[in-house]
Amino acid sequence: MTNLAIAAHGLRKSYGDKTVLDGIDLTVPEGTIFSLLGPNGAGKTTAVKILSTLITADAGDLHVGGHDLAADPQAVRAAIGVTGQFSAVDGLITGEENMLLMADLHHLPKHEGQRTAAELLERFDLVDAAQKPASTYSGGMKRRLDIAMTLVGGPRIIFLDEPTTGLDPRSRHNMWQIIRELVADGVTVFLTTQYLEEADELADRIAVLNNGKIAAEGTAEKLKRLIPGGHVRLRFADPAAYQSAASALREVTRDDEALALQIPSDGTQRELRSILDRLDSAGIEADELTVHTPDLDDVFFALTGSTVPSQPNEPKEAVR
Amino acid sequence: MSSLSLAARDWSTMLRRNLLHARRYPSLTLNLLLTPVMLLLLFVYIFGDVMSAGIGGGGADRSEYIAYIVPGILMMTIGSTVIGAAVSVSTDMAEGLIARFRTMAIHRGSVIIGHVVGSVLQVLASLVLVGAVAVAIGFRSTGATAVEWLAAFGLLALFALALTWIAVGMGMASPNAEAASNMAMPLILLPLISSAFIPADTMPGWFQPIAEYQPFTPAIETLRGLLLGTEIGNNWWIAIAWCVGLSALGYRWSMALFNRGPK
Repeated sequence: MTNLAIAAHGLRKSYGDKTVLDGIDLTVPEGTIFSLLGPNGAGKTTAVKILSTLITADAGDLHVGGHDLAADPQAVRAAIGVTGQFSAVDGLITGEENMLLMADLHHLPKHEGQRTAAELLERFDLVDAAQKPASTYSGGMKRRLDIAMTLVGGPRIIFLDEPTTGLDPRSRHNMWQIIRELVADGVTVFLTTQYLEEADELADRIAVLNNGKIAAEGTAEKLKRLIPGGHVRLRFADPAAYQSAASALREVTRDDEALALQIPSDGTQRELRSILDRLDSAGIEADELTVHTPDLDDVFFALTGSTVPSQPNEPKEAVR
Repeated sequence: MSSLSLAARDWSTMLRRNLLHARRYPSLTLNLLLTPVMLLLLFVYIFGDVMSAGIGGGGADRSEYIAYIVPGILMMTIGSTVIGAAVSVSTDMAEGLIARFRTMAIHRGSVIIGHVVGSVLQVLASLVLVGAVAVAIGFRSTGATAVEWLAAFGLLALFALALTWIAVGMGMASPNAEAASNMAMPLILLPLISSAFIPADTMPGWFQPIAEYQPFTPAIETLRGLLLGTEIGNNWWIAIAWCVGLSALGYRWSMALFNRGPK
């Protein structure tokens, strides 16, 4: 069994009579990426704020880095690095001065602090901007400086609250690369995001937070299996062809208005070929064929939509 | 390293950060200095003849009015400069950076202590500048001994500390820089209704209590006594009591607001 970097049981927080976190359980093994996914206002940021000692929980048995959050928050702080949703850089001083400020606050010896600052500025491609005030940085540069500052003390557990929100696609992919490199070094990453693609891309495990509860938890693959949805969609221009295709193929879902057919399928070559073979032997040609595999969007909408039951009756996967 | 020396290291790191801000962006401090310097020049050169006729039983000349007004201007400089502390604290608290500091294993109060010490040092630098202007236009102390000079500096530093703590509390309580600057306005208005420009006993009778029972008047009267040899009476301990009281109040207020957690 791997050690747990983060273990939360019965985490509860409410503001007035609004319950933000309703007794959630989270476990994150060391050296993995855990992603907390949810719509705006689901409580993601509150969870990060509590686990990073910024605010206190109303209830719950919470351990981060092996330390009890309530009993020894200062030990937790020594183990973690946090990059919040809003830029946490000092805009009035330069990028390099920001880095040296962090080095001083981690009580690094002067030369070691300078070396660490220089290394991280290099790694995050900020050398050219290092002597400029951080307030003049672009959004992507601020984000990079933010994360670089978080890494100064060599934290073993890193909280990233929506690290790519507001970044352009290139910056987003750079950020993903940075996060992967962190985990390659054995760091644990706790990531919140509203981008399903991001969770799918990065996370070892994903928890979907909705209305203060964990609606589902597991690997991206496991979450995708929670909902049906893999299908091939055929669209026709000619109503006659549509009708004959509908009778030639079994197990179709008809969409008479769009003249489209949906055939349940896992999208493999073999299944596609059999569909095409049947169409060929019936002498029918579809105007358009698309393969749709369930993605996390489907899961997300299924789990967080108001019309769909929010709690699939799935036993929680045991922690590895 | 012991926990105290680690804490001291965090204080000095935060102090260096604040001094770096002040050095990088001196315009805020210099702007705040303008008010006392302008008032000094205005009252001496424009109103000086009339004002001096009204003090000391009439017949005083302008140089006597310079002597009268400078202690008040120095105290006003403190009230004016600490507005900068209120503004920079509220700006700081609105930034994500404070959240970062809160999640780091550093001495909890070091952010505030950095602001307080940084502000007191800025006030002292401002006092030197305003004092230099005062000397340049003819202010001279009348036979103050070394001990009296020392006491005068001590009083100014103590008053600076007291008003800084209040200003830091105001900064913590304000949602943004504009609100902080408005809230700290009384710190520059109070000296106008103190004995800084005219003796309190020349004011209308109903107004005199307002001038007397506020921190600036006893502090100004004490400073005047130390530098010019006027009667201090019980003003010195009233001034010190104000300083200690305001410091304690500002400290408790600031720390309570800071520990209340992020907004």
